[in-house]
Formats: sequence, C-alpha cells, structure tokens
Amino acid sequence: MTEQPTIAPSFLFGRFTLEAIPYHEPILVATFIAVAIGGIAVLGAISYFRLWGYLWKEWFTSVDHKRIGIMYMVLGIIMLLRGFADAIMMRLQQALAFGGSEGYLPAHHYDQVFTAHGVIMIFFVAMPLVTGLMNYVVPLQIGARDVSFPFLNNFSFWMTVSGAILVMTSLFIGEFAQTGWLAYPPLSGIAYSPNVGVDYYIWALQIAGVGTTLSGINLICTIVKMRCPGMTMMKMPVFTWTSLCTNVLIVATFPILTATLALLTADRYLGTNFFTNDLGGNPMMYVNLIWIWGHPEVYILILPAFGIFSEVTSAFSGKRLFGYTSMVYATVVITILSYLVWLHHFFTMGSGASVNSFFGITTMIISIPTGAKMFNWLFTMYRGRIRFELPMMYTIAFMLTFVIGGMTGVLLAVPPADFVLHNSLFLIAHFHNVIIGGVVFGLFAGIAFWWPKAFGFRLDPFWGKMSFWFWVVGFYVAFMPLYVLGLMGVTRRLRVFDDPSLHIWFIIAAFGAFLIALGIASFLIQIAVSIKNRDKLRDTTGDPWDARTLEWATSSPPPDYNFAFTPVVHDLDAWWDMKHRGAARPLTGFRPIHMPRNSGTGPILAAISFVLGFALIWYIWWLAALAFVALLGTAIAHTFNYNRDFDIPADVIARTEEARTKLLAAQVNA
Amino acid sequence: MSAHDTSAAHAPADAHDAHGAEPHGSLRGYMIGFILSVILTAIPFWLVMTGALGSTTATAFAIMGLAVVQIVVHMVYFLHMNFRTEGGWSMLALVFTLILVVIMLAGSMWVMYHLNTNMMPGAHDMRQML
Repeated sequence: MTEQPTIAPSFLFGRFTLEAIPYHEPILVATFIAVAIGGIAVLGAISYFRLWGYLWKEWFTSVDHKRIGIMYMVLGIIMLLRGFADAIMMRLQQALAFGGSEGYLPAHHYDQVFTAHGVIMIFFVAMPLVTGLMNYVVPLQIGARDVSFPFLNNFSFWMTVSGAILVMTSLFIGEFAQTGWLAYPPLSGIAYSPNVGVDYYIWALQIAGVGTTLSGINLICTIVKMRCPGMTMMKMPVFTWTSLCTNVLIVATFPILTATLALLTADRYLGTNFFTNDLGGNPMMYVNLIWIWGHPEVYILILPAFGIFSEVTSAFSGKRLFGYTSMVYATVVITILSYLVWLHHFFTMGSGASVNSFFGITTMIISIPTGAKMFNWLFTMYRGRIRFELPMMYTIAFMLTFVIGGMTGVLLAVPPADFVLHNSLFLIAHFHNVIIGGVVFGLFAGIAFWWPKAFGFRLDPFWGKMSFWFWVVGFYVAFMPLYVLGLMGVTRRLRVFDDPSLHIWFIIAAFGAFLIALGIASFLIQIAVSIKNRDKLRDTTGDPWDARTLEWATSSPPPDYNFAFTPVVHDLDAWWDMKHRGAARPLTGFRPIHMPRNSGTGPILAAISFVLGFALIWYIWWLAALAFVALLGTAIAHTFNYNRDFDIPADVIARTEEARTKLLAAQVNA
Repeated sequence: MSAHDTSAAHAPADAHDAHGAEPHGSLRGYMIGFILSVILTAIPFWLVMTGALGSTTATAFAIMGLAVVQIVVHMVYFLHMNFRTEGGWSMLALVFTLILVVIMLAGSMWVMYHLNTNMMPGAHDMRQML
C-alpha cells in the first residue's frame, strides 16, 4: 500500500479497496497467517472449553476494579509482544543494512515499524500496565471497596482496548503512520501523508484517550473521596500518592493531546490550515502543543514506578520508608515541574537563547527531587534487613540504571549539547534507559510484588530471575552501543548505513535485543510455570512478603468486596501498625455489602467506537454516521438502566470470612 | 453507583447521600447568577454592535475581560465553588488548573513568538531574538 488510489472514494466502502490488504508483502502475509492461526486456536479453545459465557459475565462486563486491573495487565502484556516484535525488526534491519545491503524492510514498511513501535509501547503497553496496577492496588491500599465510578472504569478499559485493536487492524488492512510516534506535521498532514496511516494513528489515540482521561478522573475521585477513616493525605501509601499525582497529570494533559490531534484531524479531513506550511498554518505550533502533553506523559509513566519502588524498598528492607514526607513533596514538585520543561524536546527548532536557557534550567532542576527520591530509597535500605526477592532485585537494577539515564538526561538538558545530540541515537539510548530502567523495571517489580495478592500464589523465582538477568543485561547490551553511536553522530530512524565502522555496534545492539527477547520469553514461562505449580507456591496468609500497607490486610485474592469491614487507619504503613498492635480480624457482626452490578454497556460502546474509528479512517461516511448515532443511543439507553446495584448478603460474607479464618488457623498450626 | 459504604451501620440507600451535605445553592443564588451572566453576555454584544470603544483591539480585550468575569460568575453561582466546598479540594483544583493554564498559555506565547521571529520566512538573523 504505497500508492494513493486515484479513484474517488466509493459510497459503500469509502476509500477501502482490496488493494488495501497488503497481500503483496510477504512479511505481513506470514505475520497474518501466524496471527490467524494463533487467533483461531485461542478462540477455538475458548469455545471448546465453553468459556465465552464465563468470560463475558465474569470478566468483560465486570466492574470490579481488581478484574479490570488484571485485564489491563493482560492487554499491556499482549501489546508488549507486538511492540517488541517491531523493536526486533528494527534492530535486525539496522544490523543487516550495511555494505550496500538494503536490509529486508522497504522504506515505507520500516517507517511504519518504528512509528508503531513508539505508539504501541507508550500508549498500549506502558499506559495499560501502569493503569492496571493503579486500578488493582489503589482501592485496596486506601481501604475502599472499589473505585468511585465502577462502570466508568470498565468503559475506560474497553476504550483503551478499542484503540489497541484499531492499531492492530492497521497491520492487515491498509497501513500505519510513517511519521514517527508523535506524527509531526507537515509530514503528517494530508499533503504528505495522504493515505490511511495517520488516520489510524489519530483515531486509535483519540479513542484510547477517552479511556485514559476517564480513568484518570475516576482514580483521582477514588483517592480524594474514598479513603478509609483515619487515612489522612499524609498517611496515604506512597504508591497511592504517586498514583494521585499521575492521574492529576493525566486529567490535566490528555485534553491537550486530544485538542492537538483534533486540530490535525481538522487539517486532514476539513481542509483547515492549522499546521500546514502555507495559508497561515504553523507546524511548529503542533510540536509545541504535543510536547506540552508529551513531557508530562513521561512523568505519568514514571511516577507510579517510583511509587512501586517505594513500596518494594520499604517492604523488603523491613523498614518504614525513609523520608516519607520528602518523598511526597518530591512527587508533587515533579508533578508541577513536569509542565515547565516541554521545550527541551525542541531546543533545535530555533527559539532564542533566553527561551532555551529557561527550559534547560527547569529541566536540570527536575533532577533535584528525583535525586532526593533516590537517596530516600538508599537510606531506606541502609541498615535494613534486605531480602533480595525479585521485586527488590528489580529495584536495585532500577537505581543503578536510572541514575545513568538521569545523567544522560541532564547532558541533553544543556542546550548546546542538545544541538549536537538532538535526534541522535544518544537520545534514543537516553529515553530507553529511563523508560526500560525506570518504568519497565518498575512494572516488573510491581507485577512480581502484587501477583500473590491478585492470584493467591507467588511467581516462580527461578524463571523470574532468568527474566530479570536477561532483561537487565539485554538492556545494557542493546542500548549502550546506541550511546556510542549517538556520540558519533548517527541519527535516529535511519534505514540504511554507509559507514562500515558503525556496523559492529548495531550487531551488538541487535544481540542485546535478542537477550531482551529471552527476558520476555522467560517472563511468560515464569507465569506458565507459576500457574502449573500454583499449589506449591500458594500463599494463604494474604501477606506473603510481611509487607506494610493495607492491601496485604485482606485475603489473596481479595474477596469481591475487598474488606468485610472498612479498616480504620491510625498510622502510616497501616497494616504494619495493625500487625504490631495485634489488631484482631473481626469475625462476627457482618452486614450486607452494597455492590455495583456488572454491565455490558462498556464493551458495547467500545465496539461501536471501534466501528466509528474504522469508518472515519476509510471515509465510509454512512457507517460513521450510523456508528455515531448508535454510540449516542447506547449511552442514553444505559442511563435508563436502574438495575445497577445489589447487596452481598451477610451470610455469604460470613461464609467467605469463615473460610479465610480456617486458612489462617491452618497456617498458624503448620 | 458508589460501591463505597464507609460505615457498615448505614443502610445501603444512605450511601448515595454522602454528598447530600454539600450546598446546592438557592433560587436566589441561581437568579443572581443568571442575571449577572445575561448582563455580562449583553455587554459584549453591545460593544460589538455599536462599536462603542472605537478600536477593535480595545473591544477584543474588553470582551476577554468580561469573559473572565463570566467564568467567575459561573463558578460561584452555578458550580457553587468557594473555599469550603469538598473540604477545599475544589479551590485547590481550581488554583492548580489556573497555574497550568497560565504556564501553558504564557509559555506557548513566549515560545511561539520566538519561533515565529526566528524561523518564519523573512527573519534570517538569529541575533535579533535572544
């Protein structure tokens, strides 16, 4: 799909023709066959085991924050495989395209691959994984029974899925953007990208953005309004604090992304000239606006990771977190400062020295609160009784790796240095250093830490350590060569190279990517082995790590209602405090618990949104109009559904709690 | 909708009334707000239709000024915002929003002014704008 079809869009199919199916690209055909076989196998297995009803009733329509959190994690891990497939294709292309070889990817395909890699990794891997952990953990940490708006939570999740499916659709129907992950105009304008690629990009992000924004509102509301009695702001666990700041950032910045993409959409669909080269348009405005969203976005990802590391460090050092107050203030300061640095992404675009100096200095200032956090973790470990379980190992790897990434970040913050390093592989190495070393290690630490809470058994440590070492070593082998190449002047997104002296570095980087592939494989094996050996890895206490915060006070996995009685908090590290005061679990006097009822409206609305997005991408206007009306109709119809809640009877709660009492007693006797 | 039932002693129906204590305004408040917003809407129309201020720049600034007052009127009389609502969270959120909006608007204007001066066709001397 390289040539724009010259025929006018048809009424029935818009600009979709059979030419749009890339059957002439062997790589895509092979991928499609593999995906189709895999997909048929999964769907067949679900049908064979008659799981459709179960999945629909218990999972897809669930409004339980725990199940939605797990579904977010599943989405993130599936999309990680796609995003990583793109990564390894790029590494292979760059390792091959030397000495006159063109490599194996044609330019228009390679450009789609690096664009899709960035978009998928940020929007459909990192965001779902972060949101998933927040969704699962935050209500438990604050002693709540669910989020503030359980139905909205389900709807947000499915909108994210809808966006992800739209991106995946572009693989086999049409093409994806060839613009880089932020789709700068004028390249992303209709004049230079006339095909569907950028439209897939726009509508996938707009649909997923609805979900992200609403889930941000939901979690802010949850944290502000639903904390259990006694949990003042300064007694909130650090992960909840970082989640609060992250969601504030989401709510404050995603509307900017939405507006910027809407202006680009107007340029592409309506012939406006916001970001075109002529008629008064100014593409630099797009770059300015997208980075006002884009910079806070990276803090949206890293702040929850900081929260995870804080929980992990204090739990596995057996100590209260050092400098809780300074940690909270550092988080809040980072939240505000993250709005004051966006220009450092385009120092080279031509603002004068005063503008560049201002944003260079604000960028360097951000390293102060971040450094304070680093010292807080170190002092928490100091004289602690450290247990080197997997989450703690990831925390140590994070501290070592992130400091390197932070230092190269400060280098890039110096405008004259940035004039040399801008858009070079040094930059690529820097942001992978902080995203993998910070966000990804944080997410793996979080998954290993909270897995026993979610499923009632630990993850297998052997395969976890395999995954850990492959990831950490693989990261260094894959990205340190890029620092070197960047300093030698190699720019990003190149497909073919002339200078043979660069070759060896790309081969090393490709080998690093292969090691990371083994890390991902080990992670998946770890999950499979853990499920197989779940009886051996079983945790009946609900508190396998001797941890400190409220989520460990309830059973693993927690009952639907989380806590039979809303806990009352007297101290920071509430569960630690309860354990040491010898607080007894209440065994009688249960009352019915009021719960929200599952609803299928979320997945239905998201499915219609997908159809709407697809129709808009292909200019199938009748379908777009129909989908839009259906969307409104379904949303309105949902407001007339008054059957939204039920009560869990007291005797059901009594039986659930009785079962847990028996388990705990068995634990003590054994 | 709320699954949250802070006190087990409450009957489930009471969970919905957790925010019943918040002030929801009075007819008097709504009337004051309505009349103020009508006036604040009428003045810009009058300014534009009669050209009373003479220059378009002055009119534009006057309309923007009135729009800001209009926003405050809506927040006070329709959204019932003051320093006490939601335990101060409304005001905190408002202050935060204002800070961000000021940063984004002022920053964008500053940045774009520099970029336009330095980079748009016609300007070639980087030294004019530091």
